[in-house]
Amino acid sequence: MGGALFLLTAAALASGRPPRGFYALFTVITAVLAMVGSALAWGRVTDPARGAYSAIGDAIMVDGFSVFFGIVITVAIALAALLADDYLRREGLDGPELYVLMLLSGTGGLVMAMANDLIVVFLGLETLSIALYVMAGFQLRRLESQESAIKYFVLGSFSSAFLLYGIALVYGATGSTNFSRIADFLADNLLAANGLLLAGFALLLVGLGFKVAAVPFHVWTPDVYQGAPTPVTAFLASASKAAGFAALLRVFLSTFDLYRLDWRPIMWVLAVLTLVVGSFLAVVQTDVKRMLAYSSISHAGFVLVGAEAASDRGLAGALFYLLAYTFMVVGSFGVATLVGRRGDADHSLPAYRGLSQRRPLLALAFTVFLLAQAGVPLTSGFLAKFYVIGAAVEAESYALALIAMISAVVSAFVYLRITVAMYMTVEEGDDAAAALPFVRVPPAAALSLGIALVFTVVVGLVPSPVVDFARDALPVLVSAGP
Amino acid sequence: MALAWAGYDGSGGFELVESVPWIPTLGVGYKVGLDGVSLPLAAMTALLFLVSIAYPVDLRGRARQYFAALLFLEAASLGVFLALDLFLFYVFFDVSLVGMYFLIAVWGHGDSQRSALKFFLYTLAGSLAMLLAILGLYLSSEPRTFDMAELIRQQPLDGDGLRAALVFLGFAVGLGVKTPLVPVHTWLPPAHVDAPGPASAILAGVLLKMGTYGYVRILLSMMPQTYERFALPLAIVATVSIVYGALVSLAQTNLKRLVAYSSVNHMGYVILGISAAAAAGVDGDARAASLALSGATLEMVAHGLITGALFLLAGSVWSRAETYELDELGGLAGRAPAMTGAVVLAAFASLGLPGLAGFVAEFQIFAGTFAIYPAVAAVALVGLVITAALFLRMIQRAFLGALPERWASWPELSRTETLALAPVLALIVLIGVAPAWVLDVIDTTASQLVGR
Repeated sequence: MGGALFLLTAAALASGRPPRGFYALFTVITAVLAMVGSALAWGRVTDPARGAYSAIGDAIMVDGFSVFFGIVITVAIALAALLADDYLRREGLDGPELYVLMLLSGTGGLVMAMANDLIVVFLGLETLSIALYVMAGFQLRRLESQESAIKYFVLGSFSSAFLLYGIALVYGATGSTNFSRIADFLADNLLAANGLLLAGFALLLVGLGFKVAAVPFHVWTPDVYQGAPTPVTAFLASASKAAGFAALLRVFLSTFDLYRLDWRPIMWVLAVLTLVVGSFLAVVQTDVKRMLAYSSISHAGFVLVGAEAASDRGLAGALFYLLAYTFMVVGSFGVATLVGRRGDADHSLPAYRGLSQRRPLLALAFTVFLLAQAGVPLTSGFLAKFYVIGAAVEAESYALALIAMISAVVSAFVYLRITVAMYMTVEEGDDAAAALPFVRVPPAAALSLGIALVFTVVVGLVPSPVVDFARDALPVLVSAGP
Repeated sequence: MALAWAGYDGSGGFELVESVPWIPTLGVGYKVGLDGVSLPLAAMTALLFLVSIAYPVDLRGRARQYFAALLFLEAASLGVFLALDLFLFYVFFDVSLVGMYFLIAVWGHGDSQRSALKFFLYTLAGSLAMLLAILGLYLSSEPRTFDMAELIRQQPLDGDGLRAALVFLGFAVGLGVKTPLVPVHTWLPPAHVDAPGPASAILAGVLLKMGTYGYVRILLSMMPQTYERFALPLAIVATVSIVYGALVSLAQTNLKRLVAYSSVNHMGYVILGISAAAAAGVDGDARAASLALSGATLEMVAHGLITGALFLLAGSVWSRAETYELDELGGLAGRAPAMTGAVVLAAFASLGLPGLAGFVAEFQIFAGTFAIYPAVAAVALVGLVITAALFLRMIQRAFLGALPERWASWPELSRTETLALAPVLALIVLIGVAPAWVLDVIDTTASQLVGR
């Protein structure tokens, strides 16, 4: 059933060229079908009689965890494709290429989520990344877009190399790249000199930390997020980050669970740096896309807080956070797509002035996304923060919980700045006001924003189903493999 | 609210409880109800909102959004006082920030965006400190629950040294920001000055009470033994608030800043009363403790009404003069006797003139506190004297003396303003003359809280 996801997505690539204008629809249908496939797989996996299973020579693991991420990633694809539809026509770039790349990249993400072998993680990562390098440079006429693609490519290649080296070291230390076998090996053997393994940990963390934009491996994030076409940024910030976390969480929280004493301090440092740098640097930005880029870094920090707790509760919190975050971030960048207008260049804060008067609903939606990111109650963002910080307190990481709280306050400042700009009254006769053109809201993007908005608010009000979903989606790591 | 009052039969426990499970996985429920402490506060909240909504204000052409924000805030505020689930309490506590933020930022004047931001960030930081404390309390309960009645029964952190202290500190700081106590009060004056009149009435009258209400509802009820340990330091902080708030208020030339600092002073009395009650603890002087606690609760209600009225009146001054500077006003008594009368009544109530609501409350607090902390109470008395001076000076400068030329056509209170203020002022007098009907309700719960 998990293979069905793979096939469905692959079929999208092979099925020729659908009629012009329907690419986005096609992508969305594919993504939704994959989602349905995941939902079916979920029923299969949570059935106690059958449970999780592995496939393709133990290289792929289909369990609640991978299905959860399957759903997160397909949601991100569908929402981003809806955003891209109008964007591409507006920019005169319409064509199937971006959607194909998006599906390809999503496939890579799904592979990462299902991987039960370090090599498969690497395969998924490369599929994900190579498509993304092209997507980031998709806006051919913009220099920033080209620059961001090159930057992403160069740094991304480095991080892949780190990851690969890390895999090699772990293989050297444990004799396998299969998660189940590594875990079995580590359980059975006490390593006298585990320097090799620890170096492997470090390198794996560098490689995956790059993908999720954890500080200090974050330097590409603001530039790439700013330069890439905005729907691609939305995809980058949601699907790509989720896939990175899928691999990170599975590798560390379950496979190397026994060595948590070794990696928890590293994770602690990463989480603190990510939180602090992300939220503080966001304050000094003047470009909304860069602000959102830095805030996405600090969100990664919150997920790491959940990971650092190294408990089921922390893991469930991290999963819940990622799901809630996906909707918020796609929504936020979706608004940025619309406000950016033709040329995708104007993301400065003044462009948002008086948005509440020109487009009250759009401004309201953006306000909800921003408040959710700030963690205000009655939105999904609050429960997400509540969940991970609860896990941190339970794991007695009081200092980390406190730092997370402080950085939440600092980021709230950033979100409020944008909100204030939107609700600032533009005086009549103001020259700047006259220069602000009309913001068009096409139906596809409106649908995408609407879905994200409804999810954010409804989960804020009635979180139980999603909380349970995240709680049940724990990875089954040590399989009954041969 | 009147219905709720009628339905309350005075057993002292939680009544009219309504409970629906919300997030069963985490043990969170939507549970609301009332007891003798929350009932008067909730009633006061409902009244003050009614009045503020009716009060005329410059809407900037956004009437729908303004009233939506006010009603949203009212729902959140009532939610805080009615919540019987810690999680729900926190949700309402935090959501009230959002409503108030927009009220100040969009309909305020002066540098209102900056003030609104400062308000939001300060109180959000406080809320988050409280969230950590809530989590600490939640994780120590067995079985884990956010249900307040259950937590009060369990007393999860009694005698647990460091952890109890940390959780207590989290609550004390988090709620203290909202109250506000002195070191963390600096958000208050700018927020008040730049907010529109009705919004500052609600900010002072209702939102500040959330902090002190939390002291009673959470700290005093759920961790009384820990509170007993920390009662003296808190009483001293409260006294500093009292004296400092009064002194700074005395130095103000801006009408709203003056009232804002006097709020710091009055909320100090409330915390002093609660801390004194906590200090009496299990085997202390239960009568004095009960007296101090019901005084503190009454002070919350009285201060809500009095300061609400004062801020509404300050809003009227702004809508006429676009200034709060006392030096620019003067001699208004001749032009606007009704307005002057209302200000004088509210100011006298605030400085504790017998026969008005403030006196009854402050008398009880001091009567209770003298039995428990005589030295602290003596210092705090200084605050009373300064308050009297500052309000008299305010009245003298703004309303007596020569009328400046430019206010020669100063309009009297409009009919809407009069109608809105009338019930608030009437209640101030009523509680001052015949407080028994409120006190009886408060006492049912207050005596239980300290008689444990």
